[in-house]
Amino acid sequence: MVRIIDRRFDSKNKSAVNRQRFMRRFKQQIRKAVSGAIQGRSIRDLDNGEEVSIPARDLAEPSLHHGRGGVWEQIFPGNDQFSSGDRINRPLGGGGDGSGKGKASNEGEHEDDFVFQLSREEFLELFFEDLELPRLIRTQLAKVTDYKTQRAGFKSDGVPANINIIRSMRGALGRRLALGSPYAARIRQLQEALDDALARQEADEDSDEDTLRALREELAALRAKVERIPFIDSFDLRYNNRIKVPRPTTQAVMFCVMDVSGSMDEERKSIGKRFFMLLYLFLTRTYEHIEVVFIRHHTVAKEVDEDEFFHSRESGGTVVSSALVMMRDIVRERYANGQWNIYGAQASDGDNWDNDSPVCGRLLANEILPWCQYFAYVEITAGEPQNLWREYARLGAEHDNFAMQRIESPADIYPVFRELFKKTIA
Amino acid sequence: MTTMTSRAKAPARKPPLPSGSEWTAEAIERYNAEIARVAAAYRLDLYPVQIEIITAEQMMDAYASVGMPVNYHHWSFGKHFLSTEKGYKRGQMGLAYEIVINSNPCIAYLMEENTLTMQGLVIAHAAYGHNSFFKGNYLFRTWTNADAIIDYLVFARNYISECEQRHGEEEVELLLDSCHALMNLGVDRYKRPPKLSLAKEKLRQQEREEYLQGQVNDLWRTLPAHDTRSGPREAPRFPPEPEENLLYFIEKNAPLLEPWQREVVRIVRKIAQYFFPQRQTQVMNEGWATFWHYTLLNHLYDEGLLADSFMLEFLQSHTNVVYQPPYNSRWFNGINPYALGFAMWQDIRRMCEHPDDEDRRWFPEIAGSDWLDTFDFAMRNFKDESFIAQYLSPKVMRDFRMFAVLDDDRQDKLEVSAIHDDSGFRRVREILSDQYNLGAREPNVQAWNVDLRGDRSLTLRHQPHRRRPLGGSTDEVMRHLARLWGFTVRLESVDEDGNIELKHEIRAERRRNGN
Repeated sequence: MVRIIDRRFDSKNKSAVNRQRFMRRFKQQIRKAVSGAIQGRSIRDLDNGEEVSIPARDLAEPSLHHGRGGVWEQIFPGNDQFSSGDRINRPLGGGGDGSGKGKASNEGEHEDDFVFQLSREEFLELFFEDLELPRLIRTQLAKVTDYKTQRAGFKSDGVPANINIIRSMRGALGRRLALGSPYAARIRQLQEALDDALARQEADEDSDEDTLRALREELAALRAKVERIPFIDSFDLRYNNRIKVPRPTTQAVMFCVMDVSGSMDEERKSIGKRFFMLLYLFLTRTYEHIEVVFIRHHTVAKEVDEDEFFHSRESGGTVVSSALVMMRDIVRERYANGQWNIYGAQASDGDNWDNDSPVCGRLLANEILPWCQYFAYVEITAGEPQNLWREYARLGAEHDNFAMQRIESPADIYPVFRELFKKTIA
Repeated sequence: MTTMTSRAKAPARKPPLPSGSEWTAEAIERYNAEIARVAAAYRLDLYPVQIEIITAEQMMDAYASVGMPVNYHHWSFGKHFLSTEKGYKRGQMGLAYEIVINSNPCIAYLMEENTLTMQGLVIAHAAYGHNSFFKGNYLFRTWTNADAIIDYLVFARNYISECEQRHGEEEVELLLDSCHALMNLGVDRYKRPPKLSLAKEKLRQQEREEYLQGQVNDLWRTLPAHDTRSGPREAPRFPPEPEENLLYFIEKNAPLLEPWQREVVRIVRKIAQYFFPQRQTQVMNEGWATFWHYTLLNHLYDEGLLADSFMLEFLQSHTNVVYQPPYNSRWFNGINPYALGFAMWQDIRRMCEHPDDEDRRWFPEIAGSDWLDTFDFAMRNFKDESFIAQYLSPKVMRDFRMFAVLDDDRQDKLEVSAIHDDSGFRRVREILSDQYNLGAREPNVQAWNVDLRGDRSLTLRHQPHRRRPLGGSTDEVMRHLARLWGFTVRLESVDEDGNIELKHEIRAERRRNGN
């Protein structure tokens, strides 16, 4: 009469389709909530999922039901003070004993936000939606230059250096056993007969030399046959097999170049930092392995670690080209073997020593941009564009892998970021 | 439990049922066997039981698609899934994870994460309590067809996904949105529905499409001919009698719907109809199932089959379920149907077995009768509204300390109109019964007239119940209605004095492509 069925291993995620449809339908609201969340919290925990809340009325399912008003007479439990005919003041704003708003109107009353959890993937998907890594396709997908070799079992021909001794000897042993086995039984038999005959000869002197000789001869002939089975045959040899598999270039290096001269105060640096963080996160979506090189500069450039990059402060003038020279040298030295996607991001307040700006322009145009997937420059300033901006503006027109934007306050970061990495149609 | 032990004699000294919190398939089987034995002794009439063990995630899936094992796809189910998931992760939903499907065989879901005690409780509650209610109660017997529902849902899902492929997901989604908005007015409240059957549905569906389309076209095509008949007297209304089932009205009469759209409207209507009895028997049904899990498990305990640890855990869950917070508690959220139902069924049994003078006065025909017969009769022939009107005793009203509050928006104060005293019992019972009257709970809106000769506009009439207005989303519902109807729709309200007032009007003139 009863059937017990274990369904636990049946198809899961039956609601996945419904969930997707929900996400698709409320994409606008979800996207809005996501960008709100980004503005609200530190860029550093961007890599988590996000609790998204959508105004409940946006996704209410309408129905015909009673609203407030008219006459309601309802039963409540737990009378502790009332008797018939008592008159009570209307409770304000839905306390315990709501009056007119019974079950019938509960749909309309709930104006709380609908809150749900986006997974990290969903969150980032939305965050990076319609952004695309610029010029990504070229080196990463179309041109697979790198191979790695990996072991793939054994094969029966190859170069002597690749002979696998254990496999080969094991095969030889097996072959010897197999070929020798028809003779082995006969040898054992003959040996027993011979031993027997010898024993009898010793006991009663009744020797039959002919039988003994016949046995010995046959035994010798068989042993010789077994001996003739080769110890190892070319047929036994096994070679390690190695094959080449293409390895897509999934590594990138990101250069963070920042001006730390006296004019860059903490706030500007923090804006710069957020921009770099965002870029880093963005790259982690596309590349498995990312190296980050921090170069800071005032009049001279220095490669530093992350902590020093953001926290120590220098003073004095500014020579931007020093940092670019250093970047160029590092690229040549470490990342020029064609396996790296190179990204550059430069943050500055735009101040530069006048004669240096044209040098920067030339350095970028001739020695850095040709190597780079993308180079972004953000100028963190509220004031007029400085000379560096004007110099770079010329570059922007000539190179499509160069972009520049201005940021005035933290709230600008995200829009500017999106602007910089707007989908480029390749 | 003493009276029953003689009737359902336990075979001499059985080994006790397994205890502890880990469950195994064998343990579930043994529990089920024992519960089935006792249930039979109490003369519960059941569909065959099918117990399915599922994971929490699958349970949430089932929850999201209104408890059905198969359903068509729609974003609103995704929304329900997300909020259920959130509730589950925060541990807010406790015992609520029990789903039983009114089908033959009766499918009860057990969640993997439950302890053995909870599995036993859910088996007794769902697979025996609800099961017997589904099989016996007149509403379920007339309105739902347990043999066919799963097949019908499979048909519905396949049909709708076929429509999605043919006409695009978005198109279907918009249509479903509109149907869902009218879902609670898509049921026949009084008319008895025909039985569902998969084979017939499939066979007739094609036929029906063509036939319906033909009929609708006919309605409009013959329009000019009417001119000869039209005289000075008032034109006859269409429909001649107001139609309460709006989805039915749309399916049969909306002029511009494609055949597949009519079929989708029909599917939503059929499913709404299927859930209609559940909405009308909450107190009875939940109370009944709670009463039986309590009675069956106590019976097993009296036979010495259940460990004390089992009983403690079970009673803890049970008391949580039947707790009724008072009106001024922050947990108060209306009357708990489990609590009220359980109290009423317990009380009926008490009146049968140990009646006092008050019971004899109030319920002469129940007091002292055979409780199993009385139960069977009550379970089969009532719904919440009539069940309360018939069986709510002064004792239960006293125990709940019920009082009635009258809220008239023309008075500046609320009035306590009756309390749990001799003069108030009947009034309280009447009000509570009315509270469960679906006619009072949901607005009375009916299709009133279609302007056949003019702009084909559809007029609905709302008869307010005790001057209650319609809620805030009415305008949106009317937009959905207009989308389905294809022409202007209006909503009129008739007040106490018979004055008619136009409340909503959505002007729409949609032409079919190519016309």
